[in-house]
Amino acid sequence: MAETVFAPWDDPNETPLIRFRNVTKRFGDFTAIDDLTLDIFEREFFALLGPSGCGKTTMMRMLAGFENPTDGSIELAGQDIAGVPPNKRAVNMMFQSYALFPHLSIWDNIAFGLRRESSDKAAISARVEEMLKLTRLEKFARRKPHQISGGQRQRVALARSLAKAPKLLLLDEPLGALDAKLREATQFELMDIQEKTGTTFVIVTHDQEEAMTVASRIAVMDEGRVMQVATPDRIYEAPESVYVADFIGDVNILAGTVKATGDHTYALGVENGTVTAMSERPFSDGQTAHLAIRPEKVAIHTTAPEGTDNLLQGKVLDIAYLGNLSTYHVELPGGQIIKAQTANTRRLSRRDITWEDTVWISWTKTAGVLLDQ
Amino acid sequence: MRRAVLISVPYVWLLALFLIPFAVVFKISLSDIALAIPPYTPTAKDGIWTMLTQLDFENFVFLTEDDLYWKAYVSSLRIAVISTILTLIVGYPMAYAMARAPSEWRPTLLMLVILPFWTSFLIRVYAWVGILSGEGFLNQFLLWTGVISDPLTILNTNTAVYIGIVYTYLPFMILPIYSALDRLDGSLIEAAEDLGCSRIKAFWLITIPLSKNGIIAGCFLVFIPALGEFVIPSLLGGSGTLMIGKVLFEEFFSNRDWPVASAVAVILLLILIIPIVLFQRNEQRQAEAEQ
Amino acid sequence: MTRLSPFNVVSLTLGFVFLYVPMLILIIYSFNESKLVTVWAGFSTKWYGELLSNDAFLDAAWVTLRVAVISSTIATVLGTMAAYVLVRGGRFFGRTLFSGMIYAPLVMPEVITGLSLLLLFIGIGLDRGVLTIVLAHTTFSMCFVSVVVSSRLMTFDRSLEEAALDLGASAFDAFRLVTLPIIAPAVISGWLLAFTLSLDDLVIASFTSGPSATTLPMKIWSSVRLGVSPEINALSTILIGLVTVGVIAASLGSKQAALRAKRDEQTAARTA
Repeated sequence: MAETVFAPWDDPNETPLIRFRNVTKRFGDFTAIDDLTLDIFEREFFALLGPSGCGKTTMMRMLAGFENPTDGSIELAGQDIAGVPPNKRAVNMMFQSYALFPHLSIWDNIAFGLRRESSDKAAISARVEEMLKLTRLEKFARRKPHQISGGQRQRVALARSLAKAPKLLLLDEPLGALDAKLREATQFELMDIQEKTGTTFVIVTHDQEEAMTVASRIAVMDEGRVMQVATPDRIYEAPESVYVADFIGDVNILAGTVKATGDHTYALGVENGTVTAMSERPFSDGQTAHLAIRPEKVAIHTTAPEGTDNLLQGKVLDIAYLGNLSTYHVELPGGQIIKAQTANTRRLSRRDITWEDTVWISWTKTAGVLLDQ
Repeated sequence: MRRAVLISVPYVWLLALFLIPFAVVFKISLSDIALAIPPYTPTAKDGIWTMLTQLDFENFVFLTEDDLYWKAYVSSLRIAVISTILTLIVGYPMAYAMARAPSEWRPTLLMLVILPFWTSFLIRVYAWVGILSGEGFLNQFLLWTGVISDPLTILNTNTAVYIGIVYTYLPFMILPIYSALDRLDGSLIEAAEDLGCSRIKAFWLITIPLSKNGIIAGCFLVFIPALGEFVIPSLLGGSGTLMIGKVLFEEFFSNRDWPVASAVAVILLLILIIPIVLFQRNEQRQAEAEQ
Repeated sequence: MTRLSPFNVVSLTLGFVFLYVPMLILIIYSFNESKLVTVWAGFSTKWYGELLSNDAFLDAAWVTLRVAVISSTIATVLGTMAAYVLVRGGRFFGRTLFSGMIYAPLVMPEVITGLSLLLLFIGIGLDRGVLTIVLAHTTFSMCFVSVVVSSRLMTFDRSLEEAALDLGASAFDAFRLVTLPIIAPAVISGWLLAFTLSLDDLVIASFTSGPSATTLPMKIWSSVRLGVSPEINALSTILIGLVTVGVIAASLGSKQAALRAKRDEQTAARTA
């Protein structure tokens, strides 16, 4: 039996768990969130991605109840939550600093939220034990937060915010304080826990790799606006704007004017000639457009190959050797630099392209995305 | 609702027991003395307008006519300035040596500086009475070593007041300078020496400028309370030691002239406003620099 | 680098001699047999005996202690509230005036504070005694408490309070269960500071007390005005001794806490 793909956002019958409707948030003269509309569905692992100051933390704080929108409404499970204080919301948050209470043991930290709404000691105890087990912290229950390591603290923060079984869990840069190795392992752990508990996760991050790894959908934000909301592969392969293409991963941008040459096929007049690209998005003749093409989709050759859609000549300016990959910075006659990436499947000594070499670069007409902004 | 209670309780307390008393002092300083005891005319019972029209600057005029007060203000300022400089001269080398001391000694040294601060101020001043008096320990010691042949008169002079102020306010000078020097990156001195400065030159060009804020803070912390000091001039100073705190106290308790005492207080406050504002500004700048 | 230069050693030595010799002399001569305080006539503890049988001193000590405990406790409550309002209260009507009233008493000459309170108490017809001293001491020491507590609150990680709210705690519970336990050391030092200031105060107490209440500093003052007395030396020795024991105990306590924290961090690093 084929597993159904988890994609409630494509199903018109699904009602979203969270609805931002024309939300604007201003702090004095500064507009942190600008007329934002967004739906997040149950069981999603949703990432808010953007540079610092783009408004992603403000959105999270509005969901938690620490800020209220200046305009518009936020609905949680169909109810407007404006004005509901944070301690009355079925939303919990994992803080960037973890905000573990330093004077309480791990056990008491996890029990803190449970004790606020119930005095049933046995039930609280059972739930705390369950959370300790989920996050593999049984051994550390009696310790204080400063007596455990950074990774363990991160898991305590997670256990504490999950203990009340919130409808929605907010994670503010949850892995920011961990080193690179630990972060990778923890990403998978987070996904695992999210799946086990079935909780909706909204994560705020500025790390695109992290967002790509954990999220079911990503909202790329800039200056208080959502630039694009899509699954990680769509964000990478089909960005809707130069900003998104540039923000996620490495990209070459070629600017020029377009002319239709066939069905969904356009010729883009660039500095060193004309390149061909396919696009679902319609363009009118003479319109300015940008071709975004990823370095790994650009091939590099020492001699001109036959039968390619696009072929340009240039000179190798720089080579960045990354071990598994090499990136060649090829300067075109007009001065523009195109990055071409190859996987180093052969030993270094056998490769034959070096600085100042004249080379050919090529790509297919479906390799890039034609963008109007 | 809870926030209103939280704000209003300390607010009302301070209004009632800090601000209103000042208004009272100010009002009385403008009143006439009716008898040696209250009430002072005019009173609020006469109606606000009558009260306001009868207030006058007579007491302040009196202060300018009797040169005792004028001299007391000048003398207080002089004593406060001189003792602040003396405290700096004694305190800076100590703070510097503490900041240079091995880090495992520093908490102990710091505690030794702070300890006197927790002991009674009065007792610390009193301790000098027995030392500075005619047959006191200092004279005994100096006579014994043969440095002097006749006992010195120190107690009941301004010198004793300087010693008393330096002694009691020394921790206030050391602590801010120490904290400034403690934060000073030792490699800066090394860099200066590496670039050709002598030790002393590096001290003048690097250490002093970078501890400037600590020096300023320390000087204000000594100068401001020294200006209004009462215990030290009364106990260690002589009849010739004029300090405004002492004058105010005597005007009030001995002469029972409350309106004049109030006027003295108002003027002292006006004099203090300048250093206090300067001190605040220094603190603010430092706080901003740290951000 | 860690060795001190001779100049530094000399300035430290002279400095500490200057700070401590007067108090040492005071202590030594409190055990002097003679009434003449500058002539050593043999060891004796008789002045302590006389001190402890002097009812006037004991009464004054009892008044002082009562005033200090009551005023520092009220001052701690009010000062902590004021600190919280200053750091967390946001904007409210008269905020500038409020913070001015918190900081002004710190630099106000005691003679002015004392005078103004006395004139107020007379103006409203309040009989002077223990109550008026308590009111006066509470007023100026709450400002010191509030400065100590607000400097701790300023470095307090606000997300801890937000986390408590997020987990369902009311604002009051968040303060009671999270903020207060964490800032407790600052609140305690504030209390100790207020207590010491009250024990120490001569000038404000002189203005605000009446014939019914004489504090220990006032009693000391009236007898030292007449010159050095061995009884006062004995009293000073007791007070210095109490403070020294207290300060050393407190610093040993904090040293131990620092050591424990260091050990904890090491354990944490090992189990990571």
